[in-house]
Amino acid sequence: MILQVQEVSKRFGGLQALTNVSFEMPEGQIMGLIGPNGAGKTTLFNVINGVYPPEQGQVIFRGEKITGLPSYEVARRGLARAHQVVRPLNDLTVRENVMVGACFGRERHSRASAASLADQALAQVGLADRAGQFAVSLNVAQKKRLELARALAARPYLLLLDEVLAGLNPSEIAGMMETIRQIRDQGFTILMIEHVMQAVMSISDQIIVLDYGQLIAAGSPPEVAGNPQVIEAYLGDPDMTARLLAE
Amino acid sequence: MTQVLPSIIDGLLIGFVYGVAAMGLTLIWGVMRVINLGHGATMALGMFCTYFLFSDLAVNPYLGLAAVVVLALLFGFLIYGVALHRVIQAGYLSTLLATFAVNMIIIGIGTAVFTTSPRNIDFSAGSFTFGPIILQGTRLLAALAAVLITAALYLFLYFTRPGKAIRAVSNNQAAAELMGIPSAQILALSFGLGTMLAAVAGGLTSTFFPFTILSGSTYQLKSFVICVLGGLGNPLGALLGGLFLGGLEGIVPTFMPVSWVPVVEFALFVLVLVVRPTGLLGSK
Amino acid sequence: MHPWRQSGFWLSFLLVFLGGLIVLVAGQDTLREQAFTVLMFIGLASSLNILMGYTGYVNFGHIVFFGLGGYFGFFLISEMGWPLYLAALGGGVLSAVIALIIGAAVLRLRGAYFALATIGVNEAARAFVSNFGPFGGPTGLYVNFSAYDRYGGAGEALWITFILLWIITLAVVAVSFLVKHSRFGLGLSAIREDEDTAMVMGVKAPQDKTKAFLLSAFFPGLIGTLYFFKNGNVEPDDAFRFQMSLEILVMVMLGGRGTLLGPVLGAFAYERLRGFLLTTPVLKDLHLALSGLILLLIVLFVPGGGVGWLQERLPRFRRWLE
Repeated sequence: MILQVQEVSKRFGGLQALTNVSFEMPEGQIMGLIGPNGAGKTTLFNVINGVYPPEQGQVIFRGEKITGLPSYEVARRGLARAHQVVRPLNDLTVRENVMVGACFGRERHSRASAASLADQALAQVGLADRAGQFAVSLNVAQKKRLELARALAARPYLLLLDEVLAGLNPSEIAGMMETIRQIRDQGFTILMIEHVMQAVMSISDQIIVLDYGQLIAAGSPPEVAGNPQVIEAYLGDPDMTARLLAE
Repeated sequence: MTQVLPSIIDGLLIGFVYGVAAMGLTLIWGVMRVINLGHGATMALGMFCTYFLFSDLAVNPYLGLAAVVVLALLFGFLIYGVALHRVIQAGYLSTLLATFAVNMIIIGIGTAVFTTSPRNIDFSAGSFTFGPIILQGTRLLAALAAVLITAALYLFLYFTRPGKAIRAVSNNQAAAELMGIPSAQILALSFGLGTMLAAVAGGLTSTFFPFTILSGSTYQLKSFVICVLGGLGNPLGALLGGLFLGGLEGIVPTFMPVSWVPVVEFALFVLVLVVRPTGLLGSK
Repeated sequence: MHPWRQSGFWLSFLLVFLGGLIVLVAGQDTLREQAFTVLMFIGLASSLNILMGYTGYVNFGHIVFFGLGGYFGFFLISEMGWPLYLAALGGGVLSAVIALIIGAAVLRLRGAYFALATIGVNEAARAFVSNFGPFGGPTGLYVNFSAYDRYGGAGEALWITFILLWIITLAVVAVSFLVKHSRFGLGLSAIREDEDTAMVMGVKAPQDKTKAFLLSAFFPGLIGTLYFFKNGNVEPDDAFRFQMSLEILVMVMLGGRGTLLGPVLGAFAYERLRGFLLTTPVLKDLHLALSGLILLLIVLFVPGGGVGWLQERLPRFRRWLE
């Protein structure tokens, strides 16, 4: 198991954001994390990668307890993240952005080797021709790819993708999905939050579902899609469910 | 004890004025997330304005405040329009440096025009005896003025249209714009009000102590300490923080040389920032 | 990355190198004094740039390191009889230690809060030194002229001090360049752009900020010692001229924040302007106001400073305009 989340609870003042969330992830999988808006998915990511600690529970990464470690310690242990709201380092070039990932991630590259690693990652996400541009000049879809390239360059054991498809048009989505498949084929383990149902259902090996901070279902995509609780909370329409499963 | 008590009360009365100054600073921060580094210089200008009205036109300093109010409001509009409007969206560093530059300009010109010889408003409002304690009229009148100004500000913010617009913009600028509130004008108004409060506080302070164009910087530090104590963006916090600091200044000199007061204030400042950055009363 | 192969490094380095060389060859006292001031400003501005330009933390109290380190170094010379270069190092080390202490408290503050705290630091430092006995209180310390004897008299000592400053300024430029092109420097710019994201990517922001702060404090301590030794005395109002903190800030912004050449050009241009203003009868008193105006114009219209502007106008020379 590359990641074990055990009975994690997180509260913000009066709001209970996560309650007793537990799941496990084996290596080499793509796991989809779905749930309605406000279910706590990004909060769960924040707890996993150390942005803030949970009030209760443990996060175990590759056999080591990382609960409560600051985010830079978690990053150095091989966990990288692409954010939902993209956060490029604006005044740096695209290449430099990705180099930061390589220099401070798991493998701690020197600046020189980080540069070549960055170019590889940029080629993989299709941003190679923009390597010398400033990050601020990219459009949203390109910035999403930059987030992904930055995370890849860190050569993580586990990749956390937070809604990388949000805001993309259908052809951009198809392109990104292809890239993600390639990344999986290279052996990365991926935990992805996604709202684009068709995409996440088709690519994930396992799905977990959050609703109001609680894990309400876990299993393969067909199992989850057929789960009445999930349907009630999220999918809404049984016919749509049937159609999704048929694809 | 009988020595400390008058000192504390005096400090509290002065603290009302500190509170007004801090309110100006905190208002600007609350509405537009700008830290006005020209705050102290504006206070100093308020001091000079009151002084000249008094010494050259024989205007009672407290009545002269009415002129200070109007002039400072306009001056604030001017500063906003010239120095801030262009960079208001550009991030904290730009606005910080812009207000800082304004500060340098005011102090620079002020030093050249007014020189650094201290001025003093030789105005006595008598003194009033309450049992064993003798209080100076200037302190009492200033505290009264401060309370009236605070009340007026409150009424303005909660019962007039522009005031409500200011509160809307400080709450959520984007939403306010969608509701048709012209945010640039509101920001200018807010900056004008903040400047006005600083200048009035300066004017009141000029009745207490001698001053030069450089006196503003000491008061600016005090205003920062107060705002941080009370929570940036919280006007009530500014007033209460002012009273607290005034009282503290009344107590400290009884067991420490007065020249250590800035060190104590700075230590307090950093302590609050580090321990509870949202201030003792919570900021917005 | 080796500086020897980078044109951007050479332009800045050579300007300082040749400038100092010309003064040495000319051998004139007045030229040396002017050059001393320019070199001093270059050193102070470049060291501030490490914190302000690379890391994005604006320090309004930079002069505190100059003052405290200078005081300590001077104390080592005048009261303890240390040789100049050791005392300068002592001043630098003290400044770094002070930075470590102050930094532990204030570096956890972000953005404008940090800037505010540094304003307070300057006020407190001045009040503290005024009251601190061993540093001579409000009257300061004076050097015994015999301290100059070990260098062959006051005249010789002044030249030696100048040479030391020249070397130190070259060192600051070199260090600034090395930082900018190192992995450490990449981390600093990530912190500047988005500190939280930098940490998520693995940058140890608290530690790296502290290192940058220490580095930016060390050199002013060295420089301060040299300056006060040259003057023969040090007193609180002189050492903590808040105005100078502001002026150094303006120099960095004027030349171009975050660039190597920026502080060099900005310091030089500002010093020339200041010298001109101080000798013109009408404008003499207005030099602070004019500095403020310059700063305002830069912030409003040319935020990248002189070097930023040049980079836009002369893209072919970007390699040199580092």
